[in-house]
Amino acid sequence: MELALSPDDAAFRDEVRAFIKDNYPEEMRVANPETDLSKEQMLLWHRILHNKGWIAPLWPKQYGGPGWSITRRFIFEQETTRAGTMPPLAFSVTMVGPVIYTFGNDAQKQKFLPRILSGEDWWCQGYSEPGSGSDLATVRTKAVRDGDHYVVNGHKTWTTLAQHADWIFCLVRTDPTAKPQSGISFLLIDMKSPGVTVRPIITIDGSHEVNDVFLEDVRVPSENLIGEENKGWTYAKFLLGNERTSMAGIGRSTRYISRLKKIVKAEIPEDDPAHLEFIRDIARVELDVLALEATELRVVAQMARGIDPGPAASLFKIRGTEIFQNITELTHRAIGNYGLAIREHPISANHFMPGPDYGHTASEKYLNSRKLSIYGGSNEIQRNIIAKAVLGL
Amino acid sequence: MDIQFTEEQELLRSSVQRLLRDQYDFDARRKIVASEDGIGREQWAAFAELGLLAAPFSEAVGGLGGGPLSTMIIMQEFGRHLVVEPFVETVVVAGGLVEQVGSDAQKQAFIADIIAGSKLWALAWTEKGSRFDLATVTTTARRDGDGYVLTGEKTAVMAAPWADYLIVSARTSGHRHDRGGVSLFVVDRRAANLDLQSFKTIDGRRAAEISLRCVRGELLGKEGEGVKTLEACRNRAIGALCAEAVGAIGELNAATLDYSKTRKQFGVTIGSFQVLQHRMVDMFIAHQETLSLMQHLSLSLRDDEAGVSRLASGAKSKIGYAGKFVADQAVQLHGGMGMTDELNVGHYFKRISSINIQFGDPAYHVLRYAQLDAVA
Repeated sequence: MELALSPDDAAFRDEVRAFIKDNYPEEMRVANPETDLSKEQMLLWHRILHNKGWIAPLWPKQYGGPGWSITRRFIFEQETTRAGTMPPLAFSVTMVGPVIYTFGNDAQKQKFLPRILSGEDWWCQGYSEPGSGSDLATVRTKAVRDGDHYVVNGHKTWTTLAQHADWIFCLVRTDPTAKPQSGISFLLIDMKSPGVTVRPIITIDGSHEVNDVFLEDVRVPSENLIGEENKGWTYAKFLLGNERTSMAGIGRSTRYISRLKKIVKAEIPEDDPAHLEFIRDIARVELDVLALEATELRVVAQMARGIDPGPAASLFKIRGTEIFQNITELTHRAIGNYGLAIREHPISANHFMPGPDYGHTASEKYLNSRKLSIYGGSNEIQRNIIAKAVLGL
Repeated sequence: MDIQFTEEQELLRSSVQRLLRDQYDFDARRKIVASEDGIGREQWAAFAELGLLAAPFSEAVGGLGGGPLSTMIIMQEFGRHLVVEPFVETVVVAGGLVEQVGSDAQKQAFIADIIAGSKLWALAWTEKGSRFDLATVTTTARRDGDGYVLTGEKTAVMAAPWADYLIVSARTSGHRHDRGGVSLFVVDRRAANLDLQSFKTIDGRRAAEISLRCVRGELLGKEGEGVKTLEACRNRAIGALCAEAVGAIGELNAATLDYSKTRKQFGVTIGSFQVLQHRMVDMFIAHQETLSLMQHLSLSLRDDEAGVSRLASGAKSKIGYAGKFVADQAVQLHGGMGMTDELNVGHYFKRISSINIQFGDPAYHVLRYAQLDAVA
C-alpha cells in the first residue's frame, strides 16, 4: 500500500531508496543488528546520514534538520524501515534533541545539538526507576541545589545502551514537597561524572541492551538544567510523544513476514497439515499489518492537512507491538525443533548453532520481543490513554 | 474426578518437595545451568537415593511400581523448580521404552543402572525435515553380522550431551514417511563414528546434533515396529511434560498474584486494577483446567485406555496453549522485571516454550487430535 505521491515526492522516494541501496554499510547487515553490533558499527550509518543531512528528519532546518514535509518524513521512515536499516540512536536524535531545541537555552543548543547530529555524543534515557515504571511521575532520584551545581542521588533502570552512553537525560525530583508531577526537573548528566555507575541487566534472550544506572552524589552543573526547574514533567511528556510515533513498525513487520514465508516454504512441506495452518496464520497477521498501515497512511494524510492525530500514537504502539510479537512467535514456531536452540552471548562464531541460518535468531527475537508490550508505556497504559483521551471514559 | 492420592503418593510428593526445597532453589539451579556440564550430578544422585528414578518402573524390573501417577507427581514438582536434569529423557522415555519392548536381558542390563542413577539416556528421533512426525525417518540401519549399523543425522536431541546411551530411530525398510519399517536401536553415545555437536537450549539445558556413520546399534523391540512403540512412549512423555508445565503454571500464577499485591503504581497495588484482575482470573482458570486435564491424562495412561493417544495430543495442545498464555501474561504483569534473567519468571516462560516444542507443538497436536477423531 502506498501514499498517493506528487511527482516531486515520488522522485524523493526514489532518491532515498537509491541512497540506501548505495550507502548502507554491509558491515551492519549482521544476524541480529539490535544486539550484535558494536557501538562503532552502530554509528556507521548514523555518520553517513549525517553527512547527507538526513540524520534528523524531525528537526527544523535551523537546527540541522532537512526541512522535510510530514509526507517526506513519512516516506523516509517507510523506505529506511522497509530496507531494514538500523535506525540512528533514537534517544539522541528523536528524543533528547527535540527537547533541547524546544526547551533548552542557546548555550545548550550550541553545545549539544551539533554533537547529537554528528554522533559524537551518545545519549541514554534516565526515566524509569525501580519504583517508577508505568507511573513515571513518582521518580525519586533527588537533585539538590548546591551553589551552581545539583547533587544527584538515585537509581535509574531499564536504561537502554547506557553502556555506550556519553550523556544521560534524567528526570529528577527537585521539589519533594510538591505534587508528584510538579516537583520534577529535566537534567542532562555527563556519564563520565564521578558517582555514575552502570550495571548490566541481562534479559531473557541473553542479551545486554538495558542497564541499571546508579547516581551517587553526582555533581551536575546547574547550566545542564533544561528549561525551568520543576517543569520537567512537561518536557518529559513532550518527549514521550516522540517516542511513540514510529511504533507501528510497518516496514519491519513487512520484512519479517516475507522472511517468515520463506522459512515456512523451506521447513514445512505443502502436504503437511501444519502448512495450511501457517498459511492461514500468516495471512491473518498480514491483514493486521495491512489494516494498521492503512490507518497510518490515513493519519499521515490527515497530519499533512494540519489535523492533530490525537493519541494515534497509542494505537500504533499497541497494534504495532502486538503484531510484531505475533510474527516473531510464528517464526519461532516455524523452525520446529530448532526453536530449542538459542545463540549464546556474547555472540561468537565459536558457539555452534544447529539448523539453517534463517533460524538462528528466531528464539532470541521471540524472547526479546516480549518487551515490546511493556516498554515505552505498557500496552495497558496505552489503552488507558485511549480510553481517557479518545473515548472520554 | 479428582485423584484421591494414597498415603504413599502423598509421601512421594512431600519427599520430592523437601528435597527440591533443600537442594534446588533458584540459585542452586542457576549454578547448575552455568556449570561446564550444565547438569547437577549430585542432584541426580540425590534423586536416585530418594527412589525417584525407580518410582515409575514396575516392580518386576526393580521399580517401585508407581506408574504414570508417580511420574505426574514428580514432574509437577520438577516443573515448579525448573529441574534441568533429564528425568523425562532417561526414566520416562528411555527407561519406559526398555521396559515396554526390551528383552529380558536388556531390561536387566539397562534399567538397574537407570534406577541407580549411574547411566543417563536420550532419545534421538527428530531429523531435519521430520518436524514432529515420528515416522519421517531417513537414518538407516543395516544388518551387519548378528547386529546392525546405523547411518544418518539426528537433530536437536535433547539431553544427548549428557547421555551414556541413545535410543535412535532408524529405518530398516520402507520409505521416508512410511509408518512401517522404522526400528529402535540402543547406541553407545561414545561410539566411534558418532559425532555430536552440543548446543545450549532456550531453557538452559543441553541438546545436540548427532551424526552417525556405520555406528553399531542393538535392536530394541521388534524390527519395523518403532513408530508404534514410539507413539506409546510419546504418550508417556507428554504425560510427564504436561505435569511439568502445570507445575510451572502454578508457580507463575503464584508469583504474579503475589507481585500484583505488592507492586504499587499510581498510589495503589497494581492488583487493584480491574483489567489485571480479570487477566489473573483467566490465568487461574487456565491453571485449574490444565491441572484437571493433567490428572485425566495420567489416569488414562495408568489404565492404558483405548483413547489415550488422542487424549495425550489433546492435553499437549490445550496445556501448551494455556501455558503460553500464562507465561506471556506473567511476564507482562511483572513488567520489565519479567524480562530479566535475574527473576525466575522469564525462566518459567522459557521452559514452557521448550516444552511446547518437545514431542510436538500445540498446533501439531490439536491437528492430530482432530485427525484421530475423524479416523474413529
